Amino acid sequence: MQALPELGQVALVLALLVALLQAALPLAGAQRGNAAWIAVARPAAYVQLLLVAGAFAVLTTAFVAQDFSVRYVAENSNSLLPLVYRYTAVWGAHEGSQLLWALILAGWTAAVARFSRSLPDEVVARVLGVMGLVSIGFLSFLIFTSNPFARLLPAVAEGRDLNPLLQDPGMIAHPPILYLGYVGFVVPFAFAVAALVDGRMDARWLRWTRPWTNIAWGFLTCGIAIGSWWAYYELGWGGWWFWDPVENASFMPWLAGAALLHSQAATEKRGSFRGWTVLLAIAAFSLSLLGTFLVRSGVLTSVHAFAADPARGLFILVFLAIVIGGSLLLYALRAPRFEPGAPFATSSRETLLLANNLLLVCACGMVLLGTLYPLLADALDLGKISVGPPYFGFLFVLLMAPLVLLLPFGPLTKWQRETASRPLAMLAPWLALALVLGAVAYFFAPQGPWKTAAGVAASAWVALGTLRFVWTRVRGSGRAFTAEMLGMVLAHAGIAVFLVGALLVEAQQSQRELAMKPGQTVELGGYAFRFEGVDEARGPNYLSDRGHVQVLRDGEPLVLLHPEKRAYASGGQVMTEAGIHAGPFADVYVALGEPLGAADDPDRAAGAWAVRVHVKPFVRWIWLGAALMALGGFVAATDRRFRRRVAERAGVAGEAA
Amino acid sequence: MNQPIEPAAPKRGPRLAVVVGALCFIGFVALLSYGVLQSGRGDREALPSPLIGKPAPQFSLPLLHEPGRNVSAKDLAGAPYVLNVWGSWCPECRVEHPVLTRFALSKRVRVVGYNLKDEPEDALRWLEQFGNPYMLVLADRDGRAAIDWGIYGAPETFLVDARGIVRWKHVGALDDAVIDGQLVPLLRKLEAGR
Repeated sequence: MQALPELGQVALVLALLVALLQAALPLAGAQRGNAAWIAVARPAAYVQLLLVAGAFAVLTTAFVAQDFSVRYVAENSNSLLPLVYRYTAVWGAHEGSQLLWALILAGWTAAVARFSRSLPDEVVARVLGVMGLVSIGFLSFLIFTSNPFARLLPAVAEGRDLNPLLQDPGMIAHPPILYLGYVGFVVPFAFAVAALVDGRMDARWLRWTRPWTNIAWGFLTCGIAIGSWWAYYELGWGGWWFWDPVENASFMPWLAGAALLHSQAATEKRGSFRGWTVLLAIAAFSLSLLGTFLVRSGVLTSVHAFAADPARGLFILVFLAIVIGGSLLLYALRAPRFEPGAPFATSSRETLLLANNLLLVCACGMVLLGTLYPLLADALDLGKISVGPPYFGFLFVLLMAPLVLLLPFGPLTKWQRETASRPLAMLAPWLALALVLGAVAYFFAPQGPWKTAAGVAASAWVALGTLRFVWTRVRGSGRAFTAEMLGMVLAHAGIAVFLVGALLVEAQQSQRELAMKPGQTVELGGYAFRFEGVDEARGPNYLSDRGHVQVLRDGEPLVLLHPEKRAYASGGQVMTEAGIHAGPFADVYVALGEPLGAADDPDRAAGAWAVRVHVKPFVRWIWLGAALMALGGFVAATDRRFRRRVAERAGVAGEAA
Repeated sequence: MNQPIEPAAPKRGPRLAVVVGALCFIGFVALLSYGVLQSGRGDREALPSPLIGKPAPQFSLPLLHEPGRNVSAKDLAGAPYVLNVWGSWCPECRVEHPVLTRFALSKRVRVVGYNLKDEPEDALRWLEQFGNPYMLVLADRDGRAAIDWGIYGAPETFLVDARGIVRWKHVGALDDAVIDGQLVPLLRKLEAGR
């Protein structure tokens, strides 16, 4: 038992050595045509996964067995911590989450090794070699600056406890799923770099990478959505997106990934935008790395910035500079060699996809600028500035509005050349209908008529336009409705659902913050809230003030909500747990504030509390929309066309997006 | 990256794009390097304490070792003191502890402990294990008085002069560089001014 943590460290060091082999031999072998060296790639990938998974298992064992002689365990666990959180505490802080990163990277690498039988060996060797290079960076980062197995001697009797913010079901799933997305972009990245090294890009390899991009993007979508849902119920503010640097860090690769999905489709089917697709693949993964860097280095942390270790920041910065700088340099040298794709007219699907890409990339650049601007202002001594929702919200809506407007045209427009009037004629009645629905919403909205109208019109436009495409395909006899199309339809429908949620909750939500005594009732948005006091409850490792709020609709009791304030035994940190009644058309949300009045005040004796009540119409639709988008990504990835053996060299497949 | 590289640009285009891209990239890395260098400063995000130059807040807190006896701001007036916020739950405080102990042994100034949001038994055991460098330790179990001080975590350290004016605050663990570079010179100045 006592030797176990050191075993984990040994496993990591061995994994680093294997990663060195996996990077050096196959890359050199592919360059020189040495088959023996090329053959190292696959076994190395499997062995690396085995070693990193072993290290991860060792750390998990240390948590489950409460080995407080391991510093990382002592800092992030506690003997009172419930068992399930002992497993998830593994990725509850810096070192462990980096280990999870490395594990997921090893997992993706092994998956590429396993499912790439249909590709030429030297291509696979290059791809796995590039992934090995990335792995070297991460494993040495772990070993040299963030060793999760470092001992704390003498061992402490009691651990400090997992951050209470993370003791939550949403947080169990959020980091692994988010990382699956982040790290998943390593696959298109490795293929892009391999294509640059080779100096040509074969559409067949590109077709092979497309499902990987889709799956990674789907996971990233899920991860971001879970994070947003968690912030909504756990932080007690009722918001679902804050434009916080940490959120932006995950949103930037998402935007770049969304652009990449679309440009890959154009490159695979028409050969267009080869260079651009490679650049986006580099960008998506670079932004994932940048996100990790920003969150982990302490460069932008905003919550409680105790001195971060500059050595860590420096290490990951050098790594970042090598990966991004190296791949961009390679791009500058090699991309001009790519042959141009088939020419296309101004009015064509290629143009629309280019517009999609430019808008998404601009939005991504806008988020990057806003995220780094406070740092820039600090560097230029312009004072401490924080860039917040007004900047992001305004510019994001500005950039996304044309995207939403153009979206339904994309699938209905032909590749290469299209008569502009044809898709327009197909969609004009539906555009009119969407506008009418928006106008109706404007007059019937109880509040925020403009936003409501915009939300209804935009959502109806995307939904109807997407249905119009489905109808065209289904009616057109003899033309198959592929999984790829179904995925696209689902993702676009997800955007429609998301638009309803995001815009209507902005327009229609209502909230009140008030002092309530037991028995008092307040009305809001058609609901009545009766405060029935607060009592004490005891959890496994916390004491909680548990409120009772009876929600009534039309005088009938609807639900009894229990908002809580939990004081965790280990650090005295207080957490809010909002009481939420989730409904398809509105959430009722109650958060408990502070007890009112000083200890000897009559208000306190009467049990008065500050209480915040919200009614949030359509807020669920935000996450439902995101789930549909993610599902779309997954469904599209299952298209049989992607699994067809490359050797068959099938002709141009379909014209679907 | 936000690189304006257009793949299908004409012959002269790419060269300019490469130069612009390279400059963007260098600027970007320079900015991040600056951020990394700054991230070592624990107080970077903290706004300077509004208390500096103002009288220390009034407080009356029980002693950790003698819960029946309360000590207030007035009791400490007359000579400068260093107020060090710590808790047995705070691993950074363990890192700081030997540094602080060495400083306290130099007897330059009174070092008062401020035990934040802690169980008395845990706090006493912690001091027993690692040694007690403090002249006395105030116990703020519910963290209420800490709000007046603007304390938002541990470790944090204040310097209060003989007239009860807050002169200096440090967020995060003390190290020798902070003590020799900031605290000791300030103390010298205070002594010279008297």
